[in-house]
Parts: sequence; C-alpha cells; structure tokens
Amino acid sequence: MKYQSQAVAKPYFIAAIGLFVGQILFGLIMGLQYVWGDFLFPEIPFNVARMVHTNLLIVWILFGFMGAAYYLIPEETENELWSPKLALLMFWIFLVAGALTILGYLLVPYAKLAELTMNDLLPTMGREFLEQPTITKIGIVIVALAFLLNIGMTLLKGRKTVVSLVMVIGLTGLAVFFLFSFFNPDNLVKDKFYWWWVVHLWVEGVWELILGSILAFVLIKTTGVDREVIEKWLYIIIAMTLITGIIGTGHHYYWIGTPEYWQWWGSIFSAMEPIPFFMMTIFAFNMVNKRRRNHPNQAAVLWALGTAVMAFLGAGVWGFLHTLAPVNYYTHGTQITAAHGHMAFYGAYAMIVLTMISYSMPLMNGRKAANSNKSQVVEMWAFWLMTVSMVFITLFLTGAGILQTWMQRYTDTPLNFMAAQEKIAVFYWMREIAGVVFLIGLTLYIVSFFVGRNDPEAVIEEKAAA
Amino acid sequence: MSETFTKSMARNIFYGGSLFFFLLFLALTFDTESALPDRDNRQAITEKVALGKKVWEEHDCIGCHTLLGEGAYFAPELGNVYKRFGNSTEAIVGFIKSRPENGIPGRRSMPQFNLSDEELEAVAEFLKYASEINTNNWPPNIQG
Ligand code: HEM
Ligand code: HEM
Ligand SMILES: [Fe+2]
Repeated sequence: MKYQSQAVAKPYFIAAIGLFVGQILFGLIMGLQYVWGDFLFPEIPFNVARMVHTNLLIVWILFGFMGAAYYLIPEETENELWSPKLALLMFWIFLVAGALTILGYLLVPYAKLAELTMNDLLPTMGREFLEQPTITKIGIVIVALAFLLNIGMTLLKGRKTVVSLVMVIGLTGLAVFFLFSFFNPDNLVKDKFYWWWVVHLWVEGVWELILGSILAFVLIKTTGVDREVIEKWLYIIIAMTLITGIIGTGHHYYWIGTPEYWQWWGSIFSAMEPIPFFMMTIFAFNMVNKRRRNHPNQAAVLWALGTAVMAFLGAGVWGFLHTLAPVNYYTHGTQITAAHGHMAFYGAYAMIVLTMISYSMPLMNGRKAANSNKSQVVEMWAFWLMTVSMVFITLFLTGAGILQTWMQRYTDTPLNFMAAQEKIAVFYWMREIAGVVFLIGLTLYIVSFFVGRNDPEAVIEEKAAA
Repeated sequence: MSETFTKSMARNIFYGGSLFFFLLFLALTFDTESALPDRDNRQAITEKVALGKKVWEEHDCIGCHTLLGEGAYFAPELGNVYKRFGNSTEAIVGFIKSRPENGIPGRRSMPQFNLSDEELEAVAEFLKYASEINTNNWPPNIQG
C-alpha cells in the first residue's frame, strides 16, 4: 500500500464479503423452494427471497466497486484520497441503508413497505432488481454523488492515467444510468424500455469499463508489463464494449411491444458483444505470459485469469446462445436466461471484485506483497470450488431450460408451465447440490483470511523470473 | 498489438465509436417512441389500469412471474394470462382471491394478498391491457 488513505477500501471489502454470504444463503432458500414449493411459506415467499438474493448481489458488487476505486484511484493518481472521512461516512450510510432495506423486505409485507416508505409520492418499487423503496434509491444516488466527488477530486489533483480515467467514466455512467430507475410510467412498454437503460447499459455497458480498468490495474501490478501496452488494450476493449453493447440493448426489445426492426439491430450488435469479452481473455493471458516478474500473490493472478475466462463463458458464450431473435423467441424468460444470468454475473462482476480483494487485502493487512502460502492455498481451493460449482449450476439450469423450452414452447402440444416444471425437477435438485458446494467454497474463502496469518509471506524463487 | 496501432488511435476509436453509437441509439429510441402509439395499446390505459399496475408493483408480482418474458421464472407468464383464462378478467380475479393463506402443501404457492375488490379488478384490467400489446407474436403459444 503506497498511500495511507487506500485503507478505506478495507471496510468496503469486508462488507461486500458479508453481504455475499447473505446472497448465497437466500439463493439456497430459493433453490429449495423450486423443488419443495412451500418451504418457508408463507414466512418467506419466493419473491421476497429473490429480492434479497438479487439486491444483496447488486449491493455487494457496488461495495466492491467502491472499495476497488478507493484503493486503485490514489495509487494510480499518486496522491492521497481527497477525503477519507467522507468515504468512511458514506460507507456507514450505505451499509445502514442497505441493511434496513433488506430487513424491510424480510420483516414486513412488501405492500406494507411500499406504504411505509410512501411509494405513492414517486412510485418506483416492484420492478425486477429495482425493488428498493424510493427513499433507498435516493440514498443510493446521494452515496454515489459523494463517492464520485471524492474520487473525482482525487483524480483532478493527481496523475491522470488511462486506468483511472476509464474507471471514473465507468463509475459516472453507473450513477447516470441509475437515474432511469426513477422513471416509471403507467405505460408498461415504456417502463420496460427504459428499465433496460439501467440493467443492460450497466452490465453490458459501463460496468464493463469498471471491470476492464480493475483487470488492467491488477495485471499491471502483478505482471510488471509496460503500462503503455496494457492501456492500449484497455482502450480497444472498452471501445468494442460500447460500440457493440449500446445498440446491443436491442436484444431486449424483441417482444415487449417495441418495433420489429429491433430484432435486426439487437441480433446483429449483441452477437458482437462477445468480442470485447474474448479480447479480455486474450489480453489477460497475454500479459501473464509476457510477465516481467513472478508476483508472489499467485492467488490474485489466478482470480484475474479466472475472471477473464469466466466472463467470456458466462457473458460471451452463454449470452450468444440466446441472443439471436429467432432463438430468443423460444428461450425468452426461461431457465436459459437464469443460467446465463448466473454465470455472467459471477464470472464478470463477482470475480473481478474478488480479484481486487485478493490483490489488495494482503497489502492493507500490512503484507509487503502477498499472504502466506498456506492462506493462498486455501484461497485457491475456494476459487476452484466456487468457480466449478458455478459452472455446474449453469449447466444444470441450461439443461432445465432446454427441456422447458422443448416441452412448453417448441412443440405443437405445449405443456402448461407448472407441468413442465415438475418434469425437470431433477435438474433443480442438482442445481441445489451444486449450490451447497458453492457455499462450501465461499466458506473456505472466508477461512483463507484467517489461516497462516503468522506465517511468513509467500516468496518466488528468482530463477523463475524470465 | 502491433506498434503501428498506437494508444491514441485506440483512444480515438473509444471516444468516437462510443459517441457515434450512443447517438444512433438515441435516434432509434426517438423513432421507437414515435412508433409506439400504434403498438403499445396506450388507449387502454385507464385510471383503473394505472392502479392495476401499481397493485402489480406493490405486491412484487414480478418476483415470481414473468410479464412479457421478463421477471422471475418461478411461476407462469402473465402477459397472456387474460387470454389463457378465456379472455376473462373475472377468472383472474377469482384465481388471485382464492389462494390459500398457508399455501398448498408441497407445491409452489402464491401468497394470499387480501386485495380489495377495487384492487383485484384493477390488476385484472392491467393484465388485460398487457395482453393486448403488440409483442410480435410472442409468446409462441398460449402456455406462455
Ligand atoms: C457480464 C455481462 C452480463 C451480465 C452480468 C448479464 C446478465 C444478464 C441477466 C441477469 C439477465 C436477465 C435479466 C432479466 O432478469 O430479465 C440477462 C438477460 C440477457 N442477456 Fe445478459 N448479461 C451479460 C452479458 C450478455 C451478453 C454479452 C449477451 C449477448 C451476447 C447477453 C445476452 C442476454 C440476453 C439475450 C438476455 C435476455 C434473455 C431473455 O430473453 O430472457 N448478455 N443478462
Ligand atoms: C448457491 C448458489 C445459488 C443459488 C442456489 C441461486 C438460486 C437462484 C434462484 C432460484 C434465482 C431465481 C430464479 C427465478 O427467477 O426463478 C436466482 C436469481 C438470480 N441469481 Fe442466484 N443463486 C445462487 C448464486 C448466485 C450467484 C453466485 C450469483 C451471482 C454472482 C447469482 C445471481 C443471480 C441473478 C443475477 C439472478 C437473477 C437472474 C435473472 O433474472 O435471470 N446467484 N438465483
Ligand atoms: Fe443485455
């Protein structure tokens, strides 16, 4: 750690990991409800568990992004954070607001929560991923503004690198597109149209800039490859992201009341969206192969490479699978969507946050470069358990989705929804088992922070460095 | 990457490309907005339908169901439920009203929301309105 103020990232990362655990527990609850319909009913209906699962996901990823920025920006700009105090204050505000919102979901009926938070004044609740009460959404905007101010001032007074610039553009875009969550017209088609300006333009737009910049940062640090080379890659990757991804939004405009021409625009541009993800994979492996030193934090390098591969698989391959309009006509809103959503979110955004944590936590804990060997071994076990079980979750959901599509949609004698669901229950059981393995992996991940704390740092023998 | 392809070229592609395609996206959005009146069944949006949308949202129906294919995948598609239930808002009202408080043993259960008659009718009207949006023939069949 080069600057004192980078340490404010630590509480952000700890909170992120804590919320991640909550996310997975509620995922397992839902996974069980898929096969044991009235599990926890009526105390925790499926929709409540789902809000908790997806909102915790978004919130922990946001904690992760903010932590990553607080760590990365001072180091890149070569000066202290503008205001560490503001960063800590915002941490607590965000954590308390987030916790209250989740408790609200769990403790009172959603309609009651809407009433208590005066949803009537500006109704924004009750849409997928944007279930937060309006007051929470306003809180998110305030936290985001204070955060951007802090990061922006730090950037202004320091060295302006491409990595930090791209990250700030991404984070600004994140805040700007979130504003569309306040637009909720009575017209369902318009509601849906602009809802995607938050969801799609986040994950297939500005978030990819954040992903790219964190990946570039960790690769610069761990491989020692010339910054010029890495920054050129970063620019071309994010160029491809926005060139394909903005019009690619059209892959959500096939069947929601929008004009037919979106089937062309959406199919053609979103079919190219895997390109930037593929470039990211090539980029990461290339940089590691050209490394000028062997970094002792091998776990961080593993996470970085893992992100590059899994983001390509989840977003690129599984995204492509159902993105062409004639395919999407049959798969739209099935378990295929869920399969893709899981691997893409995990592979791209969960893993990049874990990459940054893996790289920076040892430094914030006073290590020179890396954790002990013992700790890294446990962390790598956690990496493999979580990643492989996510591959299996994806495969099982894909199997379920293919059969669902086959029996309910692509046939002259369609089964009704519930009848088809019963026939594919075995896939849901297997998904749940894979989910338990995921939880074991996550537990090991947390354990890795506590083992080998008093052991010496891992070192690399010099002969290995080519 | 080769030496002739410089960082500033990459940067220019990023800024130029993003700007160009964002503007194109805005143009398409503008065109979509002008095409929507013929497709989105807006003439059916009465006060009742608007209330129905609010009932839909404030009970987080989207947390189990899909609507025009978007939402959760735990329970059936509702964009065409009006048609699946024989073009009947009463059938929809009847279904929502009759959900048992403690669920159906062993099966995926829908909560009993204790909606008022006004809310019940409104949400059914909202689903009727949704079923008459021009969705380019989606879903492929009545089962959604
Ligand atoms: C890291 C990047 C990505 C993430 C995190 C992600 C995540 C998601 C999620 C969560 C959904 C479900 C949305 C809902 O609930 O309605 C979704 C839908 C979809 N995604 Fe992605 N995605 C990513 C990239 C991509 C890419 C690159 C493609 C295309 C190549 C793609 C194609 C699609 C399509 C076509 C749908 C709609 C599925 C349907 O019709 O039901 N995604 N994505
Ligand atoms: C133990 C592991 C997990 C289980 C059992 C699980 C289960 C589920 C279930 C049952 C749903 C609802 C699907 C529906 O609407 O019918 C869901 C949604 C979702 N989960 Fe998970 N989940 C797990 C882990 C994760 C992880 C690690 C991530 C991402 C990092 C994730 C991201 C999501 C997303 C983005 C959605 C919304 C998907 C969509 O709208 O298409 N989940 N999950
Ligand atoms: Fe998308």
